[in-house]
Amino acid sequence: MARMRYAEALRDALRSEMLRDDKVVLYGEDIGIYGGVFKVTRDLQAEFGDLRVRDTPISEQAMTYMCVGAAISGLKPVLEIMYADFLPLTLDALINQASVLPYLWPVRVPMVIRTQGGGGSGAGAQHSKSLDALVAHIPGIKVVSPVTPADAKGMLTAAIRDPNPVVFLEHKLLYNTSGEVPDGEHVVELGKAHILREGSDVTLIANSKMVLEAEKAAEDLAKRGISAEVIDLRSLRPLDTDTIVASVKKTSRAVVINEGWRFGGFGAEVAATITEQAFEYLDAPVCRIGGFDRPIPYSQPLEAAVLPDAEKIIAGVLAMDGRAG
Amino acid sequence: MADAASSAVIGRNAPDPELLLDMFGKMILVRQMEERLGELHKQGRTRGPIHRCDGQEAVGIAGTAPLRASDTVTSTHRGHAHYIGKGLDPHRVVAEIFGRVTGYSRGKAGHMLIADVEQGMIGGNAIVGAGIPLALGQALAHQLHGRGDVAVTFFGDGAAQAGICHEAMNMAGLWKLPIVFICEHNEYGLTAHARYQSAVEDLVIRAAGYNMPGVKIDGNDVLQVYETVGEAVERARAGEGPTFIEAKTYRLVGFSTSDMGGYQPQAEIDAWRPRDPILRTRKLLLELTGEERIRKTEEEAITACDKAFELALSDPLPDASEADVPEFVGAH
Repeated sequence: MARMRYAEALRDALRSEMLRDDKVVLYGEDIGIYGGVFKVTRDLQAEFGDLRVRDTPISEQAMTYMCVGAAISGLKPVLEIMYADFLPLTLDALINQASVLPYLWPVRVPMVIRTQGGGGSGAGAQHSKSLDALVAHIPGIKVVSPVTPADAKGMLTAAIRDPNPVVFLEHKLLYNTSGEVPDGEHVVELGKAHILREGSDVTLIANSKMVLEAEKAAEDLAKRGISAEVIDLRSLRPLDTDTIVASVKKTSRAVVINEGWRFGGFGAEVAATITEQAFEYLDAPVCRIGGFDRPIPYSQPLEAAVLPDAEKIIAGVLAMDGRAG
Repeated sequence: MADAASSAVIGRNAPDPELLLDMFGKMILVRQMEERLGELHKQGRTRGPIHRCDGQEAVGIAGTAPLRASDTVTSTHRGHAHYIGKGLDPHRVVAEIFGRVTGYSRGKAGHMLIADVEQGMIGGNAIVGAGIPLALGQALAHQLHGRGDVAVTFFGDGAAQAGICHEAMNMAGLWKLPIVFICEHNEYGLTAHARYQSAVEDLVIRAAGYNMPGVKIDGNDVLQVYETVGEAVERARAGEGPTFIEAKTYRLVGFSTSDMGGYQPQAEIDAWRPRDPILRTRKLLLELTGEERIRKTEEEAITACDKAFELALSDPLPDASEADVPEFVGAH
């Protein structure tokens, strides 16, 4: 085990997989000499050459399509889309090609789109979004969002080895977080949620950076005598409904937290799943905490107002019913 | 930029009669197939729209003829000539169109999305322009694999107006990828004439902007198509990068079987009829092989088409349970 930053853990996974399999190739804007704007691909072009680590023009739509075509023809492309806000440019290739062609033809599309989203850094309305729900809506595409450096390494390794297209969601405020990361090969199976903290009164279900907020909320709730279980979804699709449902059956209350827009957001999918599979166990309606349904504003107090955080999670739990309070 | 429209392609290399007969037979097969699909559509026996390429067969047939099976082709929603040219089995193509289990995708794909990976047809596409960047990715794979394979992408003048065409051609030129862009300029994007869609008449001039050779050809001349595509494929194999070929042709029928028509002036259609690639190839063959071999080839093509329809229409439809496959391929 070594202590590593999230960005370094991702780089470790990329490098290891490139050494292991010469079909793994990286494409993206500024990923070459510059090493990526978040430095995840630092020095990889120098090590693997500019055929395997390629700077692309600012052409997200063609790049994504290109990766689908390359994957069909035997490569394992890992595409960096600089900001999740640019995912809409890739959606045609995902919705009409990557998810469709393996259903129709005997082909595989083993590609990964790495991107980062999320607010909190003052990057403004077009560089701060969490569009998790948008990509998770597409059948045939895996969508994952690791929060720890260990999962960043283990899940990126699994994503590269996966025969399906995978959208790998990072968070701009996670790159500099640190944690213990297993040395050598480390693979975390996609599609498995992780119970980070055991509890008995309420289940907090979150992904990506919101997991950290849920943990903070759980600490605070403990001081108030409320025992919160925290589930890191890790994977939005496939969704580990077993872990979610088992926890809710135990705690009888669920709060679902996603940074993305609440309306039509991923929290709604989780809430509906709980209602379908554990309705008779619930002591209160499932509570959804999400981003406000508007663009992310720039100024710090405005941005903080629209994003979910531990305080809003605590308020959500306390408002659920008398027992939780 | 070279302009081969007036070059004496035929004079340079005397046409091989056997090759010409083969391409002639395939063009007839495609024409027959599409005419029957048109009739069956009128009888309500096909599902969804069928896009016919009547008049454009030379581009698809002669544009795929110089390729080997490991060369990959992406097609359009108007792909029947590309499918047959790339060596696909007419029975399985027709079966797919009729949603039968014997079709290339066991009825899941329909006529616009036919593929045969073994023959390098990957594949048709119902999103206008989509085949262009998919072929770009295939070309990248060919470049890295280093086996000298080439990606060929067919697209129409309509797709050439999509932004993704520019993005893909820029990257191909930038990275010297082994890809041949073949624009089937049939004058219409949906129902609107090219003059309402493009700021320039000859799209081939765009090649200069992507640092690749551009060649304008008569797309109704099988030999010119064959020779030009063959040269472009050789360039790509040799690592010399992409080529843009603009093949001028004309779509003699409507956009699809649901097209009510009325926008293609009769005089325009009448002017193109004598330029029909099948008539022209027949005339050429008359001097080379004589009437008898031509007749035989025609009969064989019609028989092959009859057989394809007969078999396909008697094949079973898939069981509904086939629609349900594991969502993620890694899951099974």
